[in-house]
Amino acid sequence: MGWETWFIVTLSRTLAYGTPLLLATLGEIYTERSGVLNLGVEGMMIMGAYAAFSTAYTTGSPWLGIMVGALVGGAFSLIHAFASITLKANQVVSGLSLTMLGLGLSGVLGRGWEGRPLPVSIPEITVPGLSKIPFLGPMLFEGQNLIAYFSILLVVVMWYILYRTRIGIAVRAVGENPAAADSLGISVNKVRYLCTIVGGILAGLAGGYLSVAYRPAWTEGMTGGMGWIVIALTIFAFWNPAIGMLGAYLFAALYHLSFRLQPWVSPELLKAMPYAFAILVLIAISRGTLQKKMGAPAALTLPYSRSEE
Amino acid sequence: MRGIVKRFPGVVASDGVNLGVRQGEIHCLLGENGAGKTTLMRILYGLYQPDSGEILLAGKPVKITSPSVALAHRIGMIHQHFRLVSTLSVEENVILGVNEGMGPFLRLGKTRKRIAAITDEYGLSVDPKAKVWQLSVGQQQRVEIIKALYREADILIMDEPTSVLTPQEVDQLFATLRTLVDDGLTIVFITHKLNEVMQVSDRVTVLRQGKLVATLPTSQTDKPSLARLMVGREVVFRLEKNPPQQGEKLLQVSRLHTLNDRGLPALRNVSFEVYGGEILSVAGVSGNGQTELAEVLTGLRKATSGRILLGGKDITNRSAREITDDGVAHVPAERIKMGTVSNMSVRENLILKDYRHPPFSRGIFLNYKKAEANARRAMAEYQIAAPSDSSAAKLLSGGNIQRMVLARELSGKPRLIVAVHPTYGLDVGATEQVRQVLLRQRERGAAILLISEDLEEVMALSDRILVMFSGRVMGILDAEEAEAGEIGLMMAGVQREGVRR
Ligand SMILES: Nc1ncnc2c1ncn2[C@@H]1O[C@H](COP(=O)(O)OP(=O)(O)O)[C@@H](O)[C@H]1O
Ligand SMILES: [Mg+2]
Repeated sequence: MGWETWFIVTLSRTLAYGTPLLLATLGEIYTERSGVLNLGVEGMMIMGAYAAFSTAYTTGSPWLGIMVGALVGGAFSLIHAFASITLKANQVVSGLSLTMLGLGLSGVLGRGWEGRPLPVSIPEITVPGLSKIPFLGPMLFEGQNLIAYFSILLVVVMWYILYRTRIGIAVRAVGENPAAADSLGISVNKVRYLCTIVGGILAGLAGGYLSVAYRPAWTEGMTGGMGWIVIALTIFAFWNPAIGMLGAYLFAALYHLSFRLQPWVSPELLKAMPYAFAILVLIAISRGTLQKKMGAPAALTLPYSRSEE
Repeated sequence: MRGIVKRFPGVVASDGVNLGVRQGEIHCLLGENGAGKTTLMRILYGLYQPDSGEILLAGKPVKITSPSVALAHRIGMIHQHFRLVSTLSVEENVILGVNEGMGPFLRLGKTRKRIAAITDEYGLSVDPKAKVWQLSVGQQQRVEIIKALYREADILIMDEPTSVLTPQEVDQLFATLRTLVDDGLTIVFITHKLNEVMQVSDRVTVLRQGKLVATLPTSQTDKPSLARLMVGREVVFRLEKNPPQQGEKLLQVSRLHTLNDRGLPALRNVSFEVYGGEILSVAGVSGNGQTELAEVLTGLRKATSGRILLGGKDITNRSAREITDDGVAHVPAERIKMGTVSNMSVRENLILKDYRHPPFSRGIFLNYKKAEANARRAMAEYQIAAPSDSSAAKLLSGGNIQRMVLARELSGKPRLIVAVHPTYGLDVGATEQVRQVLLRQRERGAAILLISEDLEEVMALSDRILVMFSGRVMGILDAEEAEAGEIGLMMAGVQREGVRR
């Protein structure tokens, strides 16, 4: 294989594998921006993946499947929203429980579906015209599916909403200083619920992408720790959707390289590479002072109530 | 506001208050700390719901169930601790939560024009694109005022707005407030400073312990009578107390300076002495340097200059442990957070200070038998009511927690006792007992520095009274001759004659 082809394939696969990471990271960015830490991403993704696959298999429509996956992810996130916003429970505990619940539940429900291939998956498309561009064409406009392009559009939209609209100002204010937002008549809990649900929907969508587009089949635990990478990417992104896109693709490239470099480097080492990256990011930024400097939402993980101050 | 009642666990913060504010006036709400000023205004702003009573605006009863309802009635409130989002820009803070049509989309051009119009008219200059964290406290307050004006507030509530300002900024603020009322705004101005009432208000309402004491036109009253209304006319209750037996000079503080958590001066040139066998009280409105003074004396905060001598030995900026070992006991203001480890047992809490020394330690091990015996003795002597000496401290009531802290701190016969708000929030019985314990320590010959905001307690317990204001010593009075009115004035920043700054 010539280096050109090698490069094209690498980048094209990066785009494909980066898409679910990007979707779920965008969602978690919104959730955390409103002051809610949801460690249940893995659980919401796997539930989305299972729901999307079983729906697509039964109805024969992968599009319906992926939509149901998104809805199930959103519904699943309500558990975390209720526990952490309404009941003011510890968000770390609640999020971890959600992950465990999702993995367990999808494992039980999915037992009968294991190993069946999906007859119709979301088609890969070739963008007419653009795919003829040398080099860039086959890299970006061939063999991708619509969801990949949708996720890039979503980056732009979500960035704009967060930084350039009233909604975004309200979301950032609620995550930074909920008392200030409350004093101005903004419902802190409503904003937090909505942002948590956005996170759930996007995680469910990411899961659905995995099971009906990326690898159209159901395997137990098929998200393989992606949800944790998403948590790391959210911090890596400084809670900014644009940097989130960069991070998702960077990680996806590392992941893909770990396959490509196998003839030369020990595969175990390569497999560990992306996770080492995630751990390094987490270590580098989980040091309190640094996290503050990086602009973590000041009220992240803190429940809000009016009379307690 | 008519017949407003608001209860919190253990206190009636508003006790049937009837407050009338006229359109176009600056109305001061005056009262000591805890008098219920903030609570009353939070009710008006919809942050708290009253247990009973009603609110009338222009004669019509209204239900203010949340801040958005208050804002819709054009009531704005500037909280004592500003409510700004520090990572957002000034203009983003101003438009936060405002609905100006256009759905979610911003029209920053229009917003900037309106902000500019407001800032020009009232001299509130501030850069709309700056992030709030970059601004000084005075500028942040301007942003809060701009926020209220942007929402076209007719009634503006300001909760202790001057507490964070420099004197120059205060003058500027007062000038702004005058222009605002000239333009028809109504301002409710919360304060505990008499000077400000006289300087800025048209009328004044005095609150004491949740009750409205009086509403007066400012022109028909003066500082001494307001001080008396604020502090209370009741005859000061004096405890049975033996005449002082002044011993040797145990604590000498000279020219002490320190900074508060925000890096601003908290103590300025503070000098005083405490002798064995006397109680010296530090009186003052909270936030005038008392907390910082206690922290510097007990090694919890660094002095920036000055000297602290304990029985002739320099203990300035020594560690808390060294100071404790030198015989200084600390009864902290936050008895639950700082005075105890709430998940540890009573027995363990009682040896927190001495666990490193025999008889409680044996090498790296603890001698639980001795700790248990110690706990039994302390529980009997100080009447600590707990299920057993192994129950967790968090199960105890406030009074018992304080008795436990006293038992621990007073063991080993300290030379100096620094007691901060030792009876705050305790019931009458526990209060009485804590005061008796302090008096017993005084008889024993200990030097006691009592920091309290409760004037009655200060008058009843102390031999001498030091009044602090804005980090400075306003004067030291002999308790026998002191009058509540005079202390109140000094607490409000009126210098006593013959005292140098
Ligand atoms: N949210 C609350 N929960 C419990 N007690 C409160 C609360 N807010 C105020 N209080 C109590 O109500 C009383 C009045 O407080 P506040 O209105 O803040 O007084 P002020 O503003 O005059 O200093 C105090 O005893 C205070 O401890
Ligand atoms: Mg107050």
